[in-house]
Amino acid sequence: MRTFLFLLEKEFKQILRNRIILAMIIALPTIQLAILPHAATYEIRHINLAVVDADHSTLSAELTAKLNASRYFNLVSDGTSYEDALELVEDGKAHLILEIPPHFEKDLRLASKAGLMIAVDAVDGTMGSIGSSYLNQILQSFTAGLVARGEIAYPEAAGPQARIQVIPQYRYNTQLDYKTYMVPGILVMLLTLVGGILAALNIVSEKEQGTLEQINVSPVPKQSYLLAKVIPFWIIGLLTLAIGLLIARFLYGIVPAGSLLTLYTFAAVYVVAFTGFGLLISVAAKTQQQSMFIAFFFLLIFFLMGGLFTPISSMPYWAQVITWFNPTAYLIDVVRLIVMKGSGFADLVPQFFCILGFAVVFNVWAIFGYDKTA
Amino acid sequence: MPEAVIKVENLTKRFGDFTAVDHISFEVRKGEIFGFLGANGAGKTTAMRMLCGLSRPTEGHGTVAGFDIARQQEQIKKNIGYMSQKFSLYNDLKVWENIRLFAGIYGMKPKRIAAKTDELLNRLGFMAEKNTFVEKLPLGWKQKLAFSVAIFHEPQIVFLDEPTGGVDPITRRQFWELIYEAVEQGITVFVTTHYMDEAEYCDRVSIMVDGRIEALDSPRELKKRMEARSMDEVFRQLARKARRSAD
Repeated sequence: MRTFLFLLEKEFKQILRNRIILAMIIALPTIQLAILPHAATYEIRHINLAVVDADHSTLSAELTAKLNASRYFNLVSDGTSYEDALELVEDGKAHLILEIPPHFEKDLRLASKAGLMIAVDAVDGTMGSIGSSYLNQILQSFTAGLVARGEIAYPEAAGPQARIQVIPQYRYNTQLDYKTYMVPGILVMLLTLVGGILAALNIVSEKEQGTLEQINVSPVPKQSYLLAKVIPFWIIGLLTLAIGLLIARFLYGIVPAGSLLTLYTFAAVYVVAFTGFGLLISVAAKTQQQSMFIAFFFLLIFFLMGGLFTPISSMPYWAQVITWFNPTAYLIDVVRLIVMKGSGFADLVPQFFCILGFAVVFNVWAIFGYDKTA
Repeated sequence: MPEAVIKVENLTKRFGDFTAVDHISFEVRKGEIFGFLGANGAGKTTAMRMLCGLSRPTEGHGTVAGFDIARQQEQIKKNIGYMSQKFSLYNDLKVWENIRLFAGIYGMKPKRIAAKTDELLNRLGFMAEKNTFVEKLPLGWKQKLAFSVAIFHEPQIVFLDEPTGGVDPITRRQFWELIYEAVEQGITVFVTTHYMDEAEYCDRVSIMVDGRIEALDSPRELKKRMEARSMDEVFRQLARKARRSAD
């Protein structure tokens, strides 16, 4: 026990003297929470649209103006040739082309029917599909407006207009604000980075400096040595979360709907899991470079397969199976449920035992993987 | 004759098909300075790491401080001190903090550590550097400090792996004075070195060539037997047989 306290004292002194780490503890949550929720928004705006107006009519001009007025589109060209517009797409200056053919207005007025062509740059698939659906909506409202003003007859072929209108009611995130959705995910990312990366680099740096050998040649029990490493990271992790929650509150007005105690219980176990994960890598790697590379490999998979950016439920089944083995996926789910929906501990017991399981496995594995005698 | 504190028989370490240490046998007696010589790559460090419980022998057996080197490594570690070739105190801890840490993990009590720290620093003329970060010390001082830390908990045996590498002759001389002081306290010293003048300071030396011990005796006997004027000449005669290239 006394040995352990000496080791703990050493770890705290070292970490408190590491100015860069201390600065990162403040900077990481601040910068990530200030910037990422805005950058990682799913709302697609400012799609560059090239309109090819071959009609030069009042209606085509009205349509172009309507599109330009929309916050979703930036009109990059209203030229007359499709080739020019395509060149803009090839140069990456336009994502969508809307071609208004000659006789558009005439066809619409006389036949209540006119063709338009939309060409989509599908390199960025999301931008392309969302862009074309926005465009469709605007076109529909444009024609509906014309019908309402009695400028064109209602197209007979389309049949009676649907009378049932669905008005969705969005629960738990009434404004469908992506920031509310992203912030809990980012909080989890912070915990993962602090636990995982700091721990992954720690023991291996002692290996490189030769101090680990001095520890290995002493009678220090390896469990004490590892435990003394876990505790400071654990405290740093929970501090980072506190800073993160404060920023979420003051910057976005996000206050967890559920209990802070539940949130902290999960975070506490999760940081132990990820510190164990980092230590495991640190024990296995020979250099900091190796350690960093391995850690990033796994962390990227954990984030991308964790539902941070894309919902797990829309992944193919085999990918969903992989997420069962991803501790980050459980916590992202849990934090969203606690922060947005106000779920209580009783609702989250299965996730709790999964995260606890990871904490036990990673740490026990790290202890067994660490051999004082080579 | 004093009892043996290190006994080794046919100690062997293989890495794949490379035999780093090839069936070596020797004894080290309590209270002696045992010089463990050999060219680079002769297998000195590998052999020493097995004695310290840092590496498992492939073959052969041995005891250090009465404990089996293949099975009781953690027991051995309680009874030895070790100073590695690579400097290994914590650079981001102060002088007294390093002493406190290492003394603490060998089970010394905080009060005793504090008193002995001041006594040590006074004796070394280091008191002014008590609060200096180890990183800032010159190499010679670092090595003297590392040695003092290695014997602070009063081990039976201290293992020194090329402790004076890279320091000037005056500092080396001072370092050896520290070694003699340790011997006076009853600590057995096991030291590897490249410097043949240092070999002369040892009670007995062994010379390793290609993983085997080619000679083992007091410097005086070795010189006599090989009709050499100095240990340097003894070493050259033996090391000439080496087939392994030095690394």
